[in-house]
Amino acid sequence: MKIEKKRSDLFIMAIFTIVILSMPVWLSPLGANYPDLLQKFAIFGIFAIGYNILFGLTGYLSFGHAIFIGVGSYTAVWSFKLLSMNVLPAIVFGTLFAGIIAALVGYVSLRRSGIYFSILTLAFAQMFYNLAYSVLTPLTNGETGLTIAAGDPRVLDRLFSDVATGGGLPSTELFGISMSGYSGFYFTAVLLILAFFISLKIFNSPFGLKLKAIKSNQHRMKYTGYNTRPYLVTAFIISGMFAGLAGSLMAVTDPLAGAERMQWTASGEVVLMTILGGVGTLYGPLLGVAIIKYLENIFSAVNEATLHGFFSFLPQWLNDTMVVVVSPFVGEGWHLTLGLMFMIVVIFLPGGVTEGFQKIKNRFTKNKEQEKLKQGGE
Amino acid sequence: MSESVLKISNVNKTFGGLKALTDINLNIEKGKVHAIIGPNGAGKSTLLNVIIGLLEPDTGEVLFDNKDVIGKQAHEINQMGLVRVFQTPEIFTDLSLLENVMIPALAKRDGSFKFKIFRDLADEKDIMNEAVDILASIGMEDKMHNMSGSMSRGDKRRLELAMCLIQHPKLLLLDEPTAGMARHDTNQTIELLKKIKEGGMTKIIIEHDMHVVFSVADTISVLARGKIIATGTPDEIKGNPIVQEAYLGGGE
Ligand SMILES: Nc1ncnc2c1ncn2[C@@H]1O[C@H](COP(=O)(O)OP(=O)(O)OP(=O)(O)O)[C@@H](O)[C@H]1O
Ligand SMILES: [Mg+2]
Repeated sequence: MKIEKKRSDLFIMAIFTIVILSMPVWLSPLGANYPDLLQKFAIFGIFAIGYNILFGLTGYLSFGHAIFIGVGSYTAVWSFKLLSMNVLPAIVFGTLFAGIIAALVGYVSLRRSGIYFSILTLAFAQMFYNLAYSVLTPLTNGETGLTIAAGDPRVLDRLFSDVATGGGLPSTELFGISMSGYSGFYFTAVLLILAFFISLKIFNSPFGLKLKAIKSNQHRMKYTGYNTRPYLVTAFIISGMFAGLAGSLMAVTDPLAGAERMQWTASGEVVLMTILGGVGTLYGPLLGVAIIKYLENIFSAVNEATLHGFFSFLPQWLNDTMVVVVSPFVGEGWHLTLGLMFMIVVIFLPGGVTEGFQKIKNRFTKNKEQEKLKQGGE
Repeated sequence: MSESVLKISNVNKTFGGLKALTDINLNIEKGKVHAIIGPNGAGKSTLLNVIIGLLEPDTGEVLFDNKDVIGKQAHEINQMGLVRVFQTPEIFTDLSLLENVMIPALAKRDGSFKFKIFRDLADEKDIMNEAVDILASIGMEDKMHNMSGSMSRGDKRRLELAMCLIQHPKLLLLDEPTAGMARHDTNQTIELLKKIKEGGMTKIIIEHDMHVVFSVADTISVLARGKIIATGTPDEIKGNPIVQEAYLGGGE
């Protein structure tokens, strides 16, 4: 059993690595293989994997995780400004600083459970949004957002090389490799694989089991000898750090950070992704990310002209009606579609897409078994 | 006199004007099964909650293993070796039977908090073996990968007992272990209680059902209107006229 287990971990990681790194290849028939979108998949994948460690394993529903996205982004941009355009310090500091903030927010919010916990995280989200938007303007540059400038100190860069003064804005890099285009995607993909590996280890560890047990019956856990709060705070910090990493990677793709990243709706989006894919499962959140980001990409690009084109096989009057009916759901109205989709999943498939797959698989294997029985009887 | 595990001295507890516990003195001896019986509202659950540190008494002292339990948190009490079975079975309904018993075994070995993610649960061979053994002792080893939520109440109770026993508590507290159970389940639970009695574990059983009490207890204390009115062996208690009266006149 022991050896089997080890091998299956390795197997899962190997498959996962191949699937992620070959995304540019197998997504090309879907027209989703351009680096920008791929990078978005990977970044939100990290965010959702981390969020699932808290929400999926412990059942604590946080509406505050956009805080850590924001903290990660601002920290990364400051690292670009003060230290270097190299992305390593940016993501390291972004992740660590998000972890510190998560420790504070988690420590306070986890004094309560259930809906009161959710409300506390929501209150924190609002506070941090306002801090970023106005109070801490010297640090965040308020509503304009924080950007890099040609005149930034970048002490490390200047220390190790003669930075060409003048010219345009520098771009993010990893020891000379530019972080735009496919190299940017592969860098993010490696981090996604690492994030998935950590999540896999947590799911298989006694620590992960204890988190699931807290979700199942916290009262019993306490009387079984566990101090549950440090477990919850640890899970909160880990998920906050994943969010911080995701946030700093957003700044890597585009070195600017704005307060809107901290809006609670951004936290709501990760909740949707996790539930849509399958909360508490290892792969579910990634599926959720893939589905939502892919559809967002398609739906938000559609406008009335493309709709007219799409329905051009219909007679003119029907074409016009269809466009009127459908257009609220595309382009800017994409969130309307998302909301509908979410309702359908929660009502008919509360376990998310993963549960749907499981159901189909069960039906399939059951049919097979019945066939076998029949054959045996003959 | 043999060594005492739990020593309750001069405990008083009032709720508003109501005297729920009056001058309680009790010694629980090591290796004995001590039953506390009494009519509804006698103060049994209140006494139990004082023992596990959940309720703070107005006066008095509760020493477990010569350590004060008053004001301690639930997990600290458990880590001291004082383990409790609830009135309604409390288990992890979304987890498998095996996981349900592994969790308390891990608590016993690793303490109240441990962060270690790079070791798989599947590699915890010792814990796993212990868990399978205890499930075998309650006849559930063939169901160990099933989810525990769908079991009957009697099975849940037996699983909960297994979860407590795997921790080898110094003192096991059972609050009405057969309450609300069908006859068949009650008998099975009595069998299990008798079996663990042979293991020499110290236990306090709070119970309504006389049948259960007389079949498993070494010593019985009778509580009525917050006072201990008699303590003795089952035979002594059976023949005690004060007890008869309290049970007939003191109830409802
Ligand atoms: N938290 C509380 N606040 C006020 N009064 C309480 C509280 N807990 C118990 N009481 C009262 O104290 C008395 C003893 O209650 P307790 O629950 O200990 O009785 P019991 O012997 O366990 O009864 P039962 O057999 O019904 O479980 C009762 O009169 C009860 O109403
Ligand atoms: Mg009671």
